[in-house]
Amino acid sequence: MDTLLDVRDLHVEFRTRDGVAKAVNGVNYSVNAGETLAVLGESGSGKSVTAQAIMGILDSPPGHITQGKIFFQGADLLSLHREARRQVRGAKMAMIFQDALSALNPVLSVGDQLGEMYVVHRGMSRKDARARAVELMDRVRIPAAKERVGDYPHQFSGGMRQRIMIAMAMALEPDLIIADEPTTALDVTVQAQVMELLAELQREMRMGLILITHDLGVVADVADRIAVMYAGRIVETAPVHEIYKAPAHPYTKGLLESIPRLDLKGKELYAIKGLPPSLINIPPGCAFNPRCPMAQEVCRTDVPPLYKVSQTRASACHFWKECLGD
Amino acid sequence: MAEAILEVRDLVKHFPLTQGIVVKKQIGAVKAVDGISFDLYRGETLGIVGESGCGKSTVAKLLMNLERATSGQVLYKGEDITRLSGRALKAVRRNIQMVFQDPYTSLNPRMTVGDIIGEPFEIHPEVAPKGDRRKKVQELLDVVGLNPEYINRYPHQFSGGQRQRIGIARGLALNPEIIICDEPVSALDVSVQAQVINLMGRLQKEFDLSYMFIAHDLSIVRHISDRVGVMYLGKMVEIGDDEQIYEHPTHPYTQALLSAVPVPDPESREHRERIILTGDVPSPANPPSGCRFRTRCWKAQDKCATEAPLLAVPERFKGVDSPAAHESACHFAEEKDVVGAA
Ligand SMILES: Nc1ncnc2c1ncn2[C@@H]1O[C@H](COP(=O)(O)OP(=O)(O)O)[C@@H](O)[C@H]1O
Ligand SMILES: Nc1ncnc2c1ncn2[C@@H]1O[C@H](COP(=O)(O)OP(=O)(O)O)[C@@H](O)[C@H]1O
Ligand code: SF4
Ligand SMILES: [Mg+2]
Ligand SMILES: [Mg+2]
Repeated sequence: MDTLLDVRDLHVEFRTRDGVAKAVNGVNYSVNAGETLAVLGESGSGKSVTAQAIMGILDSPPGHITQGKIFFQGADLLSLHREARRQVRGAKMAMIFQDALSALNPVLSVGDQLGEMYVVHRGMSRKDARARAVELMDRVRIPAAKERVGDYPHQFSGGMRQRIMIAMAMALEPDLIIADEPTTALDVTVQAQVMELLAELQREMRMGLILITHDLGVVADVADRIAVMYAGRIVETAPVHEIYKAPAHPYTKGLLESIPRLDLKGKELYAIKGLPPSLINIPPGCAFNPRCPMAQEVCRTDVPPLYKVSQTRASACHFWKECLGD
Repeated sequence: MAEAILEVRDLVKHFPLTQGIVVKKQIGAVKAVDGISFDLYRGETLGIVGESGCGKSTVAKLLMNLERATSGQVLYKGEDITRLSGRALKAVRRNIQMVFQDPYTSLNPRMTVGDIIGEPFEIHPEVAPKGDRRKKVQELLDVVGLNPEYINRYPHQFSGGQRQRIGIARGLALNPEIIICDEPVSALDVSVQAQVINLMGRLQKEFDLSYMFIAHDLSIVRHISDRVGVMYLGKMVEIGDDEQIYEHPTHPYTQALLSAVPVPDPESREHRERIILTGDVPSPANPPSGCRFRTRCWKAQDKCATEAPLLAVPERFKGVDSPAAHESACHFAEEKDVVGAA
């Protein structure tokens, strides 16, 4: 399998007035061509910051990459020059955001924004670019694309705007797409439409897809592999079928158990106690230890490495065997 | 039969659409809620689901009389609260409280937690005389699982889940009978959601509360609701107990909604039939004639455009002993096997 993206031991911190927020603390993940990797985690766990570092759009300052490497198609992105980096972005990797309204330019028609991609990157004439824009809008199934190509973002519904952003991301047929909570703001029936479209385009173009989400349902529906984040680290990675059957990290296990199930109706839901830590003051040892039902003394002192569970799985828990076992 | 504590009858709320700045001229209306009837039973949780803009929050506000109804009735113990004002309204409001979605904007950032939770006592001093208030607020903090010593802190010093607990404590202050919860856990992370849902369940038992619970997460609604109502574009399209709605839905919209919910089990991927609706929800300022769902419905016939289906037990299921025999507003109501949701 060809590895498309390989993130190794990435560290990102934000130097703010309140202190240094350690948002990303040694993230490792990789994506193959044609594969969907879901990055799952609660808000503040560092999912978006990792994506921003990969895309080269980190808010800096206050954000700084302090350690790590990001390989994309073999090239070390962090050592590339700005111009080379810009070439990669857009043409080879693209991003889809949660909030299309703030990601799109409000004063340019969607046709101009889509066409711009072809004018800048492919040197097309305005007229040809416009025609391509209409094709793209058709492709993402925007009704009456020809009539609507001159409309502005605010004239579209939330679901349609999300399609336009997908069209922008797909325009140059990139090899990797990072979708950061692309359907979180949408209703379920619209979410289903958008996810179906995204999956279909990904299959057709054999792109790698990183899908950032906090929804265990969405992950189960579309992902091949999953990486679970907690306090800026990947705490577990596994093929999606295996993790739902038998999680190897107590945090993943807690998340899965807190989903309402039929047999629990009228009873209390399982709840992970407490709150995620402040990133300015991450607990020593395993960051999850104050909330973990399995924590022992060693968890309060030693940071667990990412233990190899099998050829395809890893877990950052000292007691992953026990977790898998019961 | 359970006792109805709230009876909602033909409730309507139209927001006027106006044009012109100096001389306002009405050019139409947003039909946010357009003729809705249902009962809330004592001690039950009635879940309300439906996509954004379908009128859920407007119903909630009408039940509290925070918005004036255009027409229709909300009967609380037989009395129509849409017509009340002044002291009579104040007296009723004591018994119906609300918890809002957004724990970040619904609490005044400049007030201490003690002032926020104690504010209802300013309006209803009879519940807690001045001297007792501090103690009462600390009791409430304890009841919702917050440290009573936090009484002098400000909202920004709390996490989202903790703020939602503050909102709940405030809702409980006047010992209400009914609490209307408008998306109380939607803004919270999964692990914190479970904590708040559990708290609400415990409080319901302890204080004998009736809940109307609005949410868009269908699996959470199923978990805590005795009955569930499904709204679409200002109408209630189907209502029944949780098994009737989730296992035996007969309205096409409910079927589509349930089939669209991603199931947290990768094994179910292959053998699910998903109904993907096309198009967007029409504007409530200009809803389709007849059945409002017909522009997106795969079963629509001519009749659907001319005749608005009523919310009632469909003719074909009348007197039939089946969970499909519950109220559904569709001319062609029937069961469909939708593998899926929750
Ligand atoms: N622009 C910024 N300035 C300061 N801190 C930031 C900024 N962006 C992110 N952070 C910090 O990084 C943490 C992780 O953020 P993020 O990656 O957005 O989380 P999520 O997993 O919800 O996407 C945040 O909790 C915050 O502390
Ligand atoms: N104060 C208002 N003025 C005008 N329109 C409103 C007002 N409040 C709500 N609406 C409209 O009424 C419809 C229903 O809104 P709402 O009850 O908030 O829906 P929901 O809570 O189901 O998302 C929406 O189209 C909304 O834009
Ligand atoms: S009444 Fe007609 S349009 Fe409405 S849901 Fe039933 S079949 Fe569909
Ligand atoms: Mg994020
Ligand atoms: Mg609402």
